[in-house]
Amino acid sequence: MPMNPIISVQGIHKSFGKNTVLRDISIEIEKQEVVVVIGPSGSGKSTFLRCLNLLERPESGDIRIEGQSLFDKKTKIEEIRAEAGMVFQNFNLFPHKTVLENIMLAPMKVRNQSAEQARAKALELLAKVGLIDKADAKPSSLSGGQSQRVAIARALAMEPKVMLFDEPTSALDPEMVGEVLAVMKQLAQEGMTMVVVTHEMGFAREVGDRIVFMEQGKIVEIGEPKQIFEAAQQERTRVFLSKVL
Amino acid sequence: MSDFNFHIIEEYFSLFMEGTLLTIELSIGGIILGSLLGLAIAFGNMSRRWYLHLPTQGYIHLFRGTPLLLQILIVHFGVVAQVLGRTDAIVASVVALALNSAAYTAEIFRAGIQSIDKGQTEAALSLGMTRGQAMRHIILPQAIKRMIPAFGNEFIVLIKDSSLVAIITAPELMYWTRSAAAQYSRVWEPYLFAALVYLVLTYSLSKLLKFAERKM
Repeated sequence: MPMNPIISVQGIHKSFGKNTVLRDISIEIEKQEVVVVIGPSGSGKSTFLRCLNLLERPESGDIRIEGQSLFDKKTKIEEIRAEAGMVFQNFNLFPHKTVLENIMLAPMKVRNQSAEQARAKALELLAKVGLIDKADAKPSSLSGGQSQRVAIARALAMEPKVMLFDEPTSALDPEMVGEVLAVMKQLAQEGMTMVVVTHEMGFAREVGDRIVFMEQGKIVEIGEPKQIFEAAQQERTRVFLSKVL
Repeated sequence: MSDFNFHIIEEYFSLFMEGTLLTIELSIGGIILGSLLGLAIAFGNMSRRWYLHLPTQGYIHLFRGTPLLLQILIVHFGVVAQVLGRTDAIVASVVALALNSAAYTAEIFRAGIQSIDKGQTEAALSLGMTRGQAMRHIILPQAIKRMIPAFGNEFIVLIKDSSLVAIITAPELMYWTRSAAAQYSRVWEPYLFAALVYLVLTYSLSKLLKFAERKM
């Protein structure tokens, strides 16, 4: 049993109109753990991820981050989100700002950092993702892989406790997938707690500590990569994996 | 038209220019006040709270669905006369033009804001920004750039529509044009000259906006 989970999800439900997308989802995620969520499209895995920083609001159940319930009236949702960096499928860089400004904005506006402080951190992160020469470029001049690496740097600038990745390589040309996964892998090795929704099974297997297989809004199976990929308990997991592997 | 008499224009030139200046002032006053009010109305209109959405929706329908001339008359003889205890054509003109353009600029703001991809707001929120910060730093700067052409059109419409306040004797360009026409019992000279002035105003404004759009 996890002793001190950083994220604790208990029985959340979510529906859009008549369409139920999450049914009774529960999971505990430990510090420094990399949890990879896989499953067919429409299985609710992105919605699940978006519930973790309340971009979607579940109708019932509870989510606790370091013991603090997101639904407690006293919880400031902005503070929770600031601790959970999110990387989107479509990057969502701010097109009217330069790469450097994209990274500096939130630390300055949310954390009240000075421009020098934010700039130093931004440059450090750009170096880390290998894009120091793009500091003054506009997002429109970047490739998909470069954009996603900037988006990762932007999220890291808030020094989050958790990173949420929502299909970070799905919108990329195949030759750019590797550069983004390499950055994510490095993050995992540095001990970042990560929840990753992805179709990249190689990454799931190599980097994931646990794999969550979701289908039709439910968690079908959770296990270590070796177990899920080689000896899945559930027939549905095996059927899905036989299609994607 | 063969006996076109430039003397009439010469005689009235300084009044025409004063009137033109007031036309410009009324239009700028109308668009600025109208935009501020329009932005507030747009936010109310986009709200999911019925007590914000319904009144602003009603406002937009009311001011877009009735003639501007009627609005000018009501504001002048009704509202301003009541509030000030006397009529004031210039105050009434600015107020009426602002109230009217607010209904149109509200729709421009709404369309502009809603045209920005939802992912932009989500990215801003995910970084810990409040909705207000996301609007101010991320959405509005992008939306306003897209709104410039529509705003330009609204401004041009307002310059032309400001001629309607001649009816409540606000001494702008159209007022002096009609006055010259009446005094000399002439049609072509004053009206064609006024047309030329309006054309210069609207044409230079549209050029200016094109320039601004390219600069941004």
